[in-house]
Amino acid sequence: MSKTTTTKQTPQNPAQRIQKPDKSGIEKAATGIAGFDDITFGGLPRNRPTLICGGPGSGKTLFGLEFLARGITEHGEPGVFVSFEETEEELAKNVKSLGLDLPDLIAKKKLVIDTLRVDREDYLETGDYDLGGLFIRVGCAIDSIGAKRIVLDSMEALFSGLTDHMRLRSEIHRLFLWLKDKGVTAIVTGESIEPSGKTREGLEEFISDCVVYLDHRVNDTISTRRLRITKYRGSFHGTNEYPFMIDESGICVLPVTSLNLTYKASTERVSTGIASLDGMLGGKGYYRGSSVLVTGTAGSGKTSVGAHFIHAASRRGERCLMWSFEESESQIVRNMRSIGIDLEPSIKAGSLKILTSRPQIFGLEMHLGIIHKEINAFAPKCICIDPVSNFIGAGTVSETKVMLTRLVDLTKSKGITTIMTYLIRGGMPAETTDAGVSSLMDTWIVLTDPEFNGERNRILSVLKSRGMPHSNQMREMLLTSHGVELIDPYLGPSGAVTGAARKSLEASEKALAVEWEIKLLRKKKDLENSRDLTEARIKMLRSRLQTQEQSLQLEISQAKSLEQVKVEDRTRMGATRSSAPDHKPQEQR
Amino acid sequence: MKPGSDRSEVWELFLYIAGETPRSVIAFQNLKDICNTHLAGRYTIEVIDLVKNPTLAEIDQIVAIPTLVRKLPKPVRKIIGDLSNTEKTLIDLQVRPAKLKNATQKDHRDAS
Repeated sequence: MSKTTTTKQTPQNPAQRIQKPDKSGIEKAATGIAGFDDITFGGLPRNRPTLICGGPGSGKTLFGLEFLARGITEHGEPGVFVSFEETEEELAKNVKSLGLDLPDLIAKKKLVIDTLRVDREDYLETGDYDLGGLFIRVGCAIDSIGAKRIVLDSMEALFSGLTDHMRLRSEIHRLFLWLKDKGVTAIVTGESIEPSGKTREGLEEFISDCVVYLDHRVNDTISTRRLRITKYRGSFHGTNEYPFMIDESGICVLPVTSLNLTYKASTERVSTGIASLDGMLGGKGYYRGSSVLVTGTAGSGKTSVGAHFIHAASRRGERCLMWSFEESESQIVRNMRSIGIDLEPSIKAGSLKILTSRPQIFGLEMHLGIIHKEINAFAPKCICIDPVSNFIGAGTVSETKVMLTRLVDLTKSKGITTIMTYLIRGGMPAETTDAGVSSLMDTWIVLTDPEFNGERNRILSVLKSRGMPHSNQMREMLLTSHGVELIDPYLGPSGAVTGAARKSLEASEKALAVEWEIKLLRKKKDLENSRDLTEARIKMLRSRLQTQEQSLQLEISQAKSLEQVKVEDRTRMGATRSSAPDHKPQEQR
Repeated sequence: MKPGSDRSEVWELFLYIAGETPRSVIAFQNLKDICNTHLAGRYTIEVIDLVKNPTLAEIDQIVAIPTLVRKLPKPVRKIIGDLSNTEKTLIDLQVRPAKLKNATQKDHRDAS
C-alpha cells in the first residue's frame, strides 16, 4: 500500500528527483588517463572499488599509478599506492620513463607508496586472524595525506601469501566496504587467466561496481593493447574493445565513439598546389579540413600529388606534417626536387615536418596514437600521409579501416586538410581500396598508368569531390622538372589518347592540315589562272566587237557620203535644165 | 645451533593486536599460557596495539591481526592467528616443548 502511494507522489515532487544524482546515478572520479574518461563518461565510480584485470604486462600497475598521479596533478586528489609486489624504488624507476615523477609527488606529501610483502615463507598461520594490520596500514596511509584515491596492486599476492582463503575473501570484502566508508576511490588490480579472462582468485565477486579488462594481444607478430569495460554498474559506458597504448606520457586510450560526426564543414578552399588540378576541382582546389584520398598503382605519382599540396601549403606559411612510411626524409626531399618541388626551405623554416617510420614497427594503435600526439604537438593545418595502405601491414584490413576512420575523424574534428595516398595493388580495379576507405573521403583522385602501345602514361581523374563541381575528364599527368602538369585531354577520332599515341596523332593531324592547305593553295591558283584566262578572252571578244562596230560605222558613213554626192549631182542637173524652159513650167503640166 | 636448544636463551616476542578485540585477548592469553608452560622465565612479550600506534605496523610488515613476531632467537619468525592450536604454535615458534608436555624431542621444524 505504502509503495503505491510513493510512486504516485513522485511525479508531484520533481524537486526531490532532481536533487538526486543524474540518470547515470553515480558520481565519478576522472582518471585523467587520455581517452578513458571519454569511454566511461567521466571516469571511475567515485568512492567505490574498481577492478583492473589483465594478463602479465598488460599495464595494470601503470594504469593504477597514472590514476593516482593524474589525480594528484590534475584533480588535486592525493593517493595511496599499496604495492604487494614491487618496492617504491622499483615502481618509481619503472614509470619514470613514462613521465611520472613519483619521488616528487611523495616529497610533496601527495602520494604514499606502501609496500607490503606477503611471503608464505614469512607467515605461519595458527588459528583465527583478520587483516587488521592491513586495514590499519592503509588507513594510516590514507589519513596521513588525506588521500582520495587508492590502488591495491595486486590483491592476489595475499592469496599466495596466506592459506586461509575463506578468511581472506571475507576480509577483502570487508576491506572494500571499509574503503567505501572512507570515501576513497579504489583501484584493485588482479591477474586474469586465459581464456576465461577471469581473475585467478575471482576478485570480480567482491568488486561489483566496475571491472576493466586490459589485454595485450599479439596478432601476426604485432602486439596491440586493448581495454574493455566489462562492467560498470549504474552507468553507461562504451562496451567495445578500445585499443590503447603506453608511451612516454603514459596510457592513452583511443576510443572511436568519442569521435563523432559533429565537426563543422568549412567553405574555405585550399589549393592543391597544381594549378590545373585546382581547375578540375571547380577552379579552387580542396575544401579546407576535408580529407583527400589519392589512389594509384605503383609509380603513378601519388607522392608527387601529395607533396605538391604540402609544398604549396607550407610555402603559404601553413604548418604541415608529412608522414612517410616508405621513404626517408632526405629521400623525399631529393625525389621531390627532381620534379621541381624544394621542400627543404619549408623544413628549415619550421613550417613543414616530415616524419618517417616503417608501419610494421608498431601496431596500428600506436601509429594512430603517435599521429594523434604529433598533431596535438605540432598543430598542423595540412597533413599528408604517404601511403595509408601500408598500415595493412601493421594490422588486419578491418582494423586498418577502423584506424583510418578514426584518423579521418581526428583530422576533421581539428579542421586539418588531410591528403592520404593509397597504393592500389596491380591488377585491382583502380576505383577500389582494400580497406574500403574511399567512402570516408571527401575527394578521391584516381591515378593510373595504363600500358598502351608499349608505354605507360599517367592518367589523373577526379572520381569524386563532395560539394563542388569537378571535372569528369581523364587528364594525362606529366611529371616535369617544374612539377606535375596535367595535359588537356587530346580527343582524337578514336577517343582520348595519351603519350606517344597522342603525339603521333597530333603529328598526323598536323600533316593532314598541311596537306589541306597545299590543296587549297593549288585551287586558289587554279582559280586565279582561269580568271586570267577568262578575262583575256573577254578582252579579245570585246575588241572583236569593237572592230565590227567600227567597220559598221565606216560603212554607214560611206553610204551617207555617197547619198550626198547623189543629191548634189541631181541638184546640179536640175539647175542646168531650168535655164532654158525655166519660164514655162505651167505648160509642162 | 638450533633455536631453542640453548636453555639460557631469552625469547623476545612481540604480539601485534588492533584494539582489545576478543580475538587479541584470546591470542594474548594463548601466548602467555604457552610461554609460561614451555619457556618459563626466559621470555619477554611486548604487546603492540596498532590502533594506538598505527605507524608501527610498517616495521614488521604486519598485514594480519593478531601477529606474533619472534625477534629472538634469530631468525625472525611471524605467526599469524590467535594461537589457539598450541601444538602448531610450538612447532612454528620452534619451541622445544617442556618435558611434561611432550616426550618426543624431535625437531618439528621440517614439518612446519
